[in-house]
Amino acid sequence: MRTHARPWWQRALLTREMLTILILVVAWIVAASVVQGFDGPLTITYLVLDVAPVLLIALPMTLIIGTGEIDLSVASVVGLSSVTFGLLYQAGLGLGVGLLVSVLLGAVCGAVNGALVAYGGLPSLAVTIGSLALYRGLAVGLLGTTAVTGFPESWTDGATENLGESPYPVITLGLLALIAVFAVLLHATPFGRNVLDIGRSREAARFSGVDVKRTLLILFVLSGAVSALAGVYYTLRYGSARGDNATGLELQVVAAVLLGGVSIFGGRGAIHGVVAGVLLIGVLGSALRLESVTVNVINIVIGAALVVSVVAPRIAGGLRVRRRNPAVGQGT
Amino acid sequence: MKFTSVLAAGTAAVLALGLTACGSSDDGGGGGTEDVTITMLPKNLGNPYFEASTAGAEEAAGELGATVEEVGPDTASPDAQVPFINTAAQQGVAALVVSANDPTAIGDALQEARDAGTKVVTFDSDTEPQFRDLFVNQASAEGIADKQLELISDQIGGEGEIAILSASANATNQNAWIALMEEKLASDYPDIELVETVYGDDDDQTSFDKTAALLQSHPDLKGIVSPTTVGIAAAARYVSTSEYKGKVAVTGLGTPNQMREYVEDGTVEAFALWNPTDLGYLATQAAAALAAGDITGEEGDTFEAGRLGEFTVGADGEVLLGEPFVFDESNIADFDF
Repeated sequence: MRTHARPWWQRALLTREMLTILILVVAWIVAASVVQGFDGPLTITYLVLDVAPVLLIALPMTLIIGTGEIDLSVASVVGLSSVTFGLLYQAGLGLGVGLLVSVLLGAVCGAVNGALVAYGGLPSLAVTIGSLALYRGLAVGLLGTTAVTGFPESWTDGATENLGESPYPVITLGLLALIAVFAVLLHATPFGRNVLDIGRSREAARFSGVDVKRTLLILFVLSGAVSALAGVYYTLRYGSARGDNATGLELQVVAAVLLGGVSIFGGRGAIHGVVAGVLLIGVLGSALRLESVTVNVINIVIGAALVVSVVAPRIAGGLRVRRRNPAVGQGT
Repeated sequence: MKFTSVLAAGTAAVLALGLTACGSSDDGGGGGTEDVTITMLPKNLGNPYFEASTAGAEEAAGELGATVEEVGPDTASPDAQVPFINTAAQQGVAALVVSANDPTAIGDALQEARDAGTKVVTFDSDTEPQFRDLFVNQASAEGIADKQLELISDQIGGEGEIAILSASANATNQNAWIALMEEKLASDYPDIELVETVYGDDDDQTSFDKTAALLQSHPDLKGIVSPTTVGIAAAARYVSTSEYKGKVAVTGLGTPNQMREYVEDGTVEAFALWNPTDLGYLATQAAAALAAGDITGEEGDTFEAGRLGEFTVGADGEVLLGEPFVFDESNIADFDF
């Protein structure tokens, strides 16, 4: 048993989340001082526009990984939602209707994942890697290699224009609102407590009365719906509905969530850490691109950051155990 | 707890070092005052076709005293291209030379770059005209149709039956070329008869099977024209291992890497495409002329493009590279794309 050897403020500062925030701040300062063009006015605008879909999807992903599960189909749901939104617009329906139908379809996609995981008892890794292929296949199949374009400017401008003269895009407000919703959901409701309890021990959660299956189903439905919303944003931002939109985005989402301090084994995680993780990936990408670093190297950096963020806590945990109990690990 | 702080300090230090190292290696590349920096943004990296065009861009930059930076995504999708366009806008580069993955999806980003003072030249694959200053077009439809007829006519001795192996029945560019070829056949090649046009859907196996069917149903066939890289390679593969080798000519649009073995084994005498190195060279020359203010992209503007000579801007801000380039035994070894 460890008692609280440090005052509360030290505990609050020395968390995994604060570590990510610290790295983000350092990365920002370094980039602003050495990378040419990073301190320009366009950086914040492009950063917000670029990270928006990753940030959106990372919010429900935080909860899903918090239970020890994962949803790898998110980027394919983005693609499918983009195609659906485009086809409905092409068919002459209003964009509001298209938005609603796309998000509902995303929820259905998520429900399929959730039902197979929660009620079918199948591992989410296998289920969602399957639906990753399935939903992407549907998206590309529906629209082929063509694209739906020509969305009204009132909508596409809404996805990219700034708040007045500020460098912040209008969508910043929506992002902040959703961050607040998910922060409250995870940190201030019984549902959020249940999520992390499931991650710590599914058995214990079940015995203490948590409806594990229902909770998981709800999380996957949320993930599908939010991914579909990101798909509509994607379509409007680029003014183009395509089946291959956002291919590979799940890597960035999972990397951001894990960098943000969420345990891949479930049981711990916080929204503010994940927001910092998303921004960190965005800042690294932006700074490296400004330095004309090739995309392969950028992928290596993000991939390495992902691996480090998973491995480091394990090593840290191992060291701590060893320091407290030197007998552990002696014989190995 | 101690470990956490060490980890924090360590990671921060590594990041700082990394970024500093990058920063110090590149002083003045971005916001240069005198020297012209041009960003080359192909559809994707690791693609031999675009490696050839970037080699041409670097050649032109070397002659002009400009700097070319090649950047790009690893997948040929428009959403992956946009961050690189944004970066060019942030850097305020003099010009951006881009092969568009989508005619509209990258439009807003290009417009923002132009608002920031960057000249935009598309090459290989265009955007809608309002999003760029110039499009360097690799070949005109007339040029492609004429060149293919010239090649097949030479190879079959100016008379006999030919067939066309196209991509899909609704491929716009293919149909435009075929219509032009039909017109030209009627007027200029009275002794050549087009007996059938078949569609291989740009699928290797389908194209292969269609070739076999063509040769069976038309025993007097003397040549096959396939204006698609998938089709011509499949047709050549079928003919190279059949009794028709050396008797039925195969030509059309192909890439040297796909066609090399059929040219070397004598199945194919010559085929056409454009030269991507020249394309990248011309696009960079055009970008530099725009950046220097020598031209504005108006129809009728003329500029000097090094070893390729003088070019004139046509309607809709298009600059045409020229006639398709013919690959045969004598030059195919010089190309790797």
